[in-house]
Amino acid sequence: MSVTTLAPTAAPSRPFDVLGFSSAQAWALLVLVGLIVACPWVIYPVFLMKLLCFALFACAFNLLIGYVGLMSFGHAAYFGMGSYVTAWTAKTWGLTPELAILLGGATGALLGLAFGWLAIRRQGIYFAMITLALAQMSYFFCLQAPFTGGEDGIQQVPRGALFGIFSLKTDMAMYAVVAGVFLICFLLIHRVVHSPFGQVLKAIRENEPRATSLGYRTDDYKLMAFVLSTFVAGIAGGTKALVFGIATLTDVNYAMSGEVVLMNLLGGMGTIFGPVVGAGIIVWTESALAGAGSWVTVTQGVIFVACVLAFRRGIIGEIAAKLRITL
Amino acid sequence: MSVTTAPANAIRLPLRGIAAVAVVVAAAVGLQLSGSFTFYRPIPLLLGQLSLGLINGAFYALLSLGLAVIFGMLNIINFAHGAVFMLGAFAAWGLATPNTWLGMIQPGLQVPDWLQLGYWPALVVAPLIVGAFGYLLEKTVISRLYKLDHLYGLLLTFGLALIFEGLARNAFGSSGMPYRIPAALSGPVDLGFMFMPRYRLWVVVAAGGMCLVTWLLIEKTQLGARLRAATENPGLVQAFGVNVPRMISLTYAGGVALAAFAGVLAAPIYSVNPNMGSSFIITVFAVVVIGGMGSILGSIVTGFGLGIVEGLTKVYYPQFSATVIFLVMVIVLLVRPAGLFGKAA
Repeated sequence: MSVTTLAPTAAPSRPFDVLGFSSAQAWALLVLVGLIVACPWVIYPVFLMKLLCFALFACAFNLLIGYVGLMSFGHAAYFGMGSYVTAWTAKTWGLTPELAILLGGATGALLGLAFGWLAIRRQGIYFAMITLALAQMSYFFCLQAPFTGGEDGIQQVPRGALFGIFSLKTDMAMYAVVAGVFLICFLLIHRVVHSPFGQVLKAIRENEPRATSLGYRTDDYKLMAFVLSTFVAGIAGGTKALVFGIATLTDVNYAMSGEVVLMNLLGGMGTIFGPVVGAGIIVWTESALAGAGSWVTVTQGVIFVACVLAFRRGIIGEIAAKLRITL
Repeated sequence: MSVTTAPANAIRLPLRGIAAVAVVVAAAVGLQLSGSFTFYRPIPLLLGQLSLGLINGAFYALLSLGLAVIFGMLNIINFAHGAVFMLGAFAAWGLATPNTWLGMIQPGLQVPDWLQLGYWPALVVAPLIVGAFGYLLEKTVISRLYKLDHLYGLLLTFGLALIFEGLARNAFGSSGMPYRIPAALSGPVDLGFMFMPRYRLWVVVAAGGMCLVTWLLIEKTQLGARLRAATENPGLVQAFGVNVPRMISLTYAGGVALAAFAGVLAAPIYSVNPNMGSSFIITVFAVVVIGGMGSILGSIVTGFGLGIVEGLTKVYYPQFSATVIFLVMVIVLLVRPAGLFGKAA
């Protein structure tokens, strides 16, 4: 952990030996785990599972925007394709949930490899537009491809039994799996960000020409980060498909790409816990305003504008800045 | 948006581009000669889809032109462009039938007949209204972003688009409002080789004319020269006594007015509905990536060209008609990442 000179935002506090958590982050992680364990006894588990899936999706996106500075505006493609493949394999091949979810992640990663390879040829604003256009292409693919079921989507996907042994029929059993998947991927992302590889990513974010001049092949690093992010996005999509037993066009739509950007912007890009908080708030507002027609869209637009104009660091980012800690 | 003059001694043939075109042509000829595929299609079908393609191309051209002008001056990709296109169509609808929506605000509220503006006045008034709205938007909100990363402009305008679309959907529902083709433009017109709906012809002519006017304005007038100079170096132009901030606001207003103009043109073709813009804008982004935002003429040519490509795909391979522009984008990214008319970054 001596390479901190590359990352100006690195915490002054002493990192723990394992996983590179600062003490503030370790406390926050404890709170998060506590909430994950305690909440299903208080709040409807299906809602919590939805929240965790979106939180994971948001964390995957954050790996790019927060730590490499890449704005992918088409992350719904990987989330949605992951959810379609998981749903299809679980329903048609009768795969066990863990395999189906892994296949969903692999789909996201493969798609991310192809799209990322194309998109990193351009930078900044063009990168955002290209990823958006490619995602729209996969939306049209899903609309027409025979296996996705078109407008109906893939319905009545069985949750199956974990490893073929533990039935996931009850919401609590499913919740345990979702929470496990979330925590594993969350820690994976954190580990990646705090590895030497992650330090290079941050160097690219801060000053790409300089990273190049230091001898790093920045395009390769960007592509690797992209594939990692789309892998986790695919996992999140696949998990969501199993929770609700359905995969639809909503998951691949560009509006979903916008939502995941909003979660990060609201929670705080480049903070470990920001995307989780942002996802929580967005999912909660959606369910609270579910009966209010298009006011959800208007509210999200207002949050976008307010965040960009007033607090670009996001909720967690502002709190961390106030308390002078890294979260 | 800037003019580039290549040094006289540096005439470089776009060899890779020529090679790519040659491969495609050779493949097509081979297919035709081998008899496994024939390019023959009934002429009326071909011409019909071509004219539809030209119309879509006209909208792509107008929208990507506005995006390019705004980007050149403000360094912002206006994600709200599709929403503004939709607002233009709604403005035309609102001007034509004010009593309908006034009645929604307060029952019994009416305006005299002479205030109900038909298609022709709307073609001028709607872009003016939307342009004025854009001016205010730039002054109040967008101008706060110039010191930040360009991505924040994208995020902010995306938020604005969500707000406009959500409000429109709340007020008018998703199904859309009918807007009638003006009497003078209804019915077909005989072009000698085909019958074309008169309105389609008008859309192509009007959009093409508007593109031409914009191009002339930017490339050939003193105002345009100042605009181009300010794009290159705003600080210096301001030092020469040009009010650059106002110029920026007017550029944004002009760009969104172009989108609104396209919206009015589109109103009789598509039903006026809140979602009409968002489906367009992502395709237009692909058009912008293909053309590169370097030149005004480039975005016009790319817009029309891709519309035609899309129309032809509807004839030959309808399954791909929705994705063909994105596929073209992929090919362009592979062969010429900076875009057909763009400068290498």
